[in-house]
Amino acid sequence: MSNMDYIRNFSIIAHIDHGKSTLADRLIQHTGGCDARNFQDQILDNMDIERERGITIKSQAISLPYTARDGNTYNLNLIDTPGHVDFSYEVSRSLASCEGVLLLIDAAQGVQAQTLANLYLAMEHDLEIIPVINKIDLPSADVERVIEQIDSELGLDTDTHLKCSAKEGTGIEDILEAIVQRIPPPTGTPEAPLSALIFDAQYDSFRGTVIHCRIMDGVVQSGDIIRFMYGGATYKVEEVGHFLLSRQKRERLSAGEVGYIIAGVKTISDVRTGDTITLENRPCDKPLPGFKEVKPVVFASIYPIASDDYEDLAVALEKYKLNDASFVYEKDASVALGQGFRCGFLGLLHLDIVQERLEREYDQSLILSVPSVRFRLTLKDDTVLYVDNPSHYPPQMDIAKGEEPYIRAAMMMPERYLGAVMKLCQEKRGMNSSLSYPGPGRAELIYEMPLSEVIYDFYDRFKSVSQGYGSFDYELIDFRDSNLVLVDILVNGEKVDALSQIVHRDRARACGLQACERLKEEIPKQMFKIALQAAIGGEIIARTTISAFRKDVTAKCYGGDISRKRKLLEKQKKGKKRMKMIGNVSIPQSAFLAVLKSDTD
Amino acid sequence: MNLPGLYIHIPFCKTKCPYCHFYSTTDITSVDVVIASIVREMELYAGEFDTFDTIYIGGGTPSLLTVQQLDVILSGVHKHFLVPPDAEITIEVNPADGDLAWYRSLKDLGVNRLHLGVQSFSDQALTFLGRRHRADDAFAALDNTVRAGFDNFGLDLIYGIPGQDLQSWRKSLACAVSLSPPHLSAYQLAIEEDTPLCHSYRRGSFDIPDEDASLSFFLETSAYLERSGYHHYEVSNYAASTSRKSRHNQKYWDHTPYLGIGPGAHSFKEGKRWWNHRSIEGYLKDLALETTPVAGDETLSREELRLETLFMSLRTAAGIDLAAFRLKFGEDLPKERHAIIQSLVDRGFIVVNDERISPTTRGLAVADQLALIF
Ligand code: SF4
Repeated sequence: MSNMDYIRNFSIIAHIDHGKSTLADRLIQHTGGCDARNFQDQILDNMDIERERGITIKSQAISLPYTARDGNTYNLNLIDTPGHVDFSYEVSRSLASCEGVLLLIDAAQGVQAQTLANLYLAMEHDLEIIPVINKIDLPSADVERVIEQIDSELGLDTDTHLKCSAKEGTGIEDILEAIVQRIPPPTGTPEAPLSALIFDAQYDSFRGTVIHCRIMDGVVQSGDIIRFMYGGATYKVEEVGHFLLSRQKRERLSAGEVGYIIAGVKTISDVRTGDTITLENRPCDKPLPGFKEVKPVVFASIYPIASDDYEDLAVALEKYKLNDASFVYEKDASVALGQGFRCGFLGLLHLDIVQERLEREYDQSLILSVPSVRFRLTLKDDTVLYVDNPSHYPPQMDIAKGEEPYIRAAMMMPERYLGAVMKLCQEKRGMNSSLSYPGPGRAELIYEMPLSEVIYDFYDRFKSVSQGYGSFDYELIDFRDSNLVLVDILVNGEKVDALSQIVHRDRARACGLQACERLKEEIPKQMFKIALQAAIGGEIIARTTISAFRKDVTAKCYGGDISRKRKLLEKQKKGKKRMKMIGNVSIPQSAFLAVLKSDTD
Repeated sequence: MNLPGLYIHIPFCKTKCPYCHFYSTTDITSVDVVIASIVREMELYAGEFDTFDTIYIGGGTPSLLTVQQLDVILSGVHKHFLVPPDAEITIEVNPADGDLAWYRSLKDLGVNRLHLGVQSFSDQALTFLGRRHRADDAFAALDNTVRAGFDNFGLDLIYGIPGQDLQSWRKSLACAVSLSPPHLSAYQLAIEEDTPLCHSYRRGSFDIPDEDASLSFFLETSAYLERSGYHHYEVSNYAASTSRKSRHNQKYWDHTPYLGIGPGAHSFKEGKRWWNHRSIEGYLKDLALETTPVAGDETLSREELRLETLFMSLRTAAGIDLAAFRLKFGEDLPKERHAIIQSLVDRGFIVVNDERISPTTRGLAVADQLALIF
C-alpha cells in the first residue's frame, strides 16, 4: 500500500451549503468505510455544531479504500476543509496536502463567491480540479446554466464536469473513478529527509495532541525524534497511523501518505497548522512554503453572567482551547462586568462558534462585549500601538494617527441586487470598487472596506438586501488611515467601561445613540431620573433619559394583601440584586446584552 | 405590644363588582351555615387568642346580614373572647343596604364605627364600577349613620376611574368633605388580575391614568384633604383627628397580631401568617371536621419580616420607627445607610429625625420602591 501510485489525496471545496458534508458522507459510505449505523454514530455525532450550521471548522481526514474499475485498490485520502472564509488559511494548508479537489457546485444556486475563492486557492496549489454539479435532483436545478458558468465564470473545461446528487446517492461511483483517474498520485521521495506538512491537530484526552499531516518526503515511525521547524520543539514519536473511521496504527508513514502522528505534544497550541515536521537527526533543507502565523482579527471580551462563575468559565476556556489553536484569550476585567477574558477570533463566525460551544458544551452563561477589530495607533511620540480593547485606548490627544484594517470583499449576486448592495457597501465606507459580469445577469462586485464595518452587521444586511442570493468572501489587505474615536457610555455621569467602543468618527453618533436607546428600554425606572449619554472624551454626542418612578404604590395593603405584596417586592429585590451597580444606578444584565448584541437581532 | 385585632370576613355580595378581587359569592343560600361556622371557628381559636380591642366585620358585604345574623356573630365574639369596653368595632356598609332602624340596631349591638362603601358621588362612575347604589343612596346612608348616632365612621372613595379628570375628582372630594366624615379612604382604581375589569382593560375598552396623571390625582387628593383638616396618615387613608384613624387597620401595618375569621381571611401572630380556604365549601368542610379551615401558612424569616416592616411602615406618614427597627433587626438605618438616606432626603422623598424615617407625600406615592432601597 505504500506505493504512491495507489494513493490519491483530495479535498472537497464548495460554497457554503452546496452539499460538501453530504457528499463526503456518501463517499465514505460507498467505499465501505463503515456500515450505515456506525456511520451515524461515529461521523455525524461528533460534529453537531458544524453539521447544524453546514460548516466545518476543523479539517477532517479519512482514508477511503476503493477498488477501482481497473481492479486495483486505492487509498483515497479525503481531507475535509473548513468551509468558511474565517478559516481560509486552514483551507490553504489542507489544499497544500492534496493533489486534487472536487469543486462542488449547487445545481440550483450555481457558482457563488466562495466557489470562486476556493477555485483560486486550488489553482494556486496547482491542483487537479474536478467540477461536480451537486443536487441535480432538485426541482430548481438548472444543470445547463451551471455548465455554462463552469465555462464562463470558472474558465474550466466543461467536459470535465460530473453530476451527482449526494442526497440521493447518484453519481458517486463516477466521482470515485474520476478521483482515481484524474487526480495524480502524490509525488515525493521516501528516501529523502522527512518533511511533513501539518494541516490540523486534534486533542485527545488520552493521547494528547494528535497531529494531522501529509508526508511530503521521507518516512516517519515511532521512536523517531521529530522537530517542528517553525515551532522549534522536538518530540519523540509514539505512534503513527492512518485515519480510517478511527485511528489505525501503522508501522510508518511514508512520502505521499496522509496520516497522524502522536508524539507526546501536550497542548494543541504547541502545534501550528502549516508548520513542517522533520527529523531531528536528519533534517530537510528548508521548511515547506506557505507557513503563516494565524492571527486573530476579531476581539471581544467574555464575562460570566454571574460573577461567581468566573472560575468555571476559566476552566471551560482552557478545555475549549485544547481543541482550537486559533482561539486566543487572556484575562480581562471590567468595572461593570467584573472578571472576564479578552478573546481573539479568526472572524465573526469563529466567535459565534466559540460562544455557542461554551454555552452548549460547557454550560456557561456569557456576556460578550461588542466585537472589535485591532486598530493601529501611532502616538505623538511615534510609538505604535495595536489596540483591540476599548479600555486600552490611549487619550485622544496623544494619538497622532489612527488606522484600521481593511479588507477586499468579493461579492457575487444576481444583477438585480447590484444597486442595493452597492448602496450598502458605500454606507459601510466601501471604496475602490470594481464591477464585472462573469456571466449573463450575474455581477461580481469588489470593494475595499474597513473590517470593522463588516464585523458589525454587514453580513446579515448583505444577505437581506440580496435576499439570500448574494455570496460574500473577503481577505484582509492592509491598515488604512481612519479617524478613530472612543465612544463612552455614561449612566448618570458614570462611565460604563464594558460598553465603550472604538469607532470611526462618522459612525460615533449613531452608535452612541443606539446604545443609549437600548439601555433605556432595559434599565428599569428608579427613584430618580437617569441620564444616559454617549460621549467622546468630554463631548456628549447622544443622550436620552429614563424618567423616575412617580407613583407605583399599591392602593390597598390590608391583611390579605401583605404576603402577595411581599412576594412581589422580593422578586423585584432579587432582580435588583442581580443587577450591576454603576454609580447609584442598578443596571440589569439584559441591558448589557441589548447594547452588545448586533444590529439586526 | 398592642392587643390583637379580629377580622371577620362575610363572603357574600348581592352582585359582583367587576373590579373586585375580594373573595365573595352571590349565592347566599349558605349564609346561616357560614355564620354558624364563623362562630365555630372563633371557638377553635379561643385558646390561642383571648382579647381583641378592635373588631372589623368586612367582606364581601356584611350589610347584607340581618340584625339577628350580626347578633349571632357578635355574641359569638363576646362568648369566646374578651372585648374591652373601649374596643373599636367596625362594620362595612354598602350604601344600598339597610334602613334607619337597621343602623340603630347596629348601634345596639355595640358596633361603634361604620365604614361606608360610597366609592363615588357620580352616578356615571358608580355605573362604571358596577355598584348597586346611586349617589342618592350614599347621601341617605350618611344621613342614617348620623341619625343613628354614629360619630365614628369613614367613607371609601375611588379615583382614577375612566372619564374622571382632576376637576370632577375634586368635586367628589368636596362632596365628601361637606359631609364631614371623621375618616376617608381614597383608593386609586387598581386593575386586579383575573377580574372582569382586567379583561375589558386588556381588550382596550378603556384607559386608566398614566403614572404622571396618577401622581397628580394622588397629590391633589392629599393636598385637598389636608387643607380640609384631614391628616394623610397612610397612602390611601385620611383621618380628621388622631383618634379617628382606623385602629384596626393600623395593626396590619405594624405586625400587631390579628385573627382573621371566615373564608379567605388572613391571620398573623408572632411571625407566622396563615390564611383560610378561599372557598365556602373548603371552609365549611374543615369546620365540619372541627379543624381550623387553614389553607396555607408561612413563617416569616427575619429578612421577610424586615421587608414587610419596611414596606408597611413606609406606607404610613409616621414611617419607620428607628428604635423599634434597631431592636428587631439590629440595624441602625441612619448610620448604615447614610448616603442613600441623604439622597432620598435631598430628593424630597423622606424626612428624617432621631426617631423616625418618614415618607413625604411624594415618598408615599413611591413607598414600595422606597422599601426596596433599604
Ligand atoms: S360589594 Fe365589595 S366585596 Fe362585593 S363585589 Fe363589590 S367591591 Fe367586591
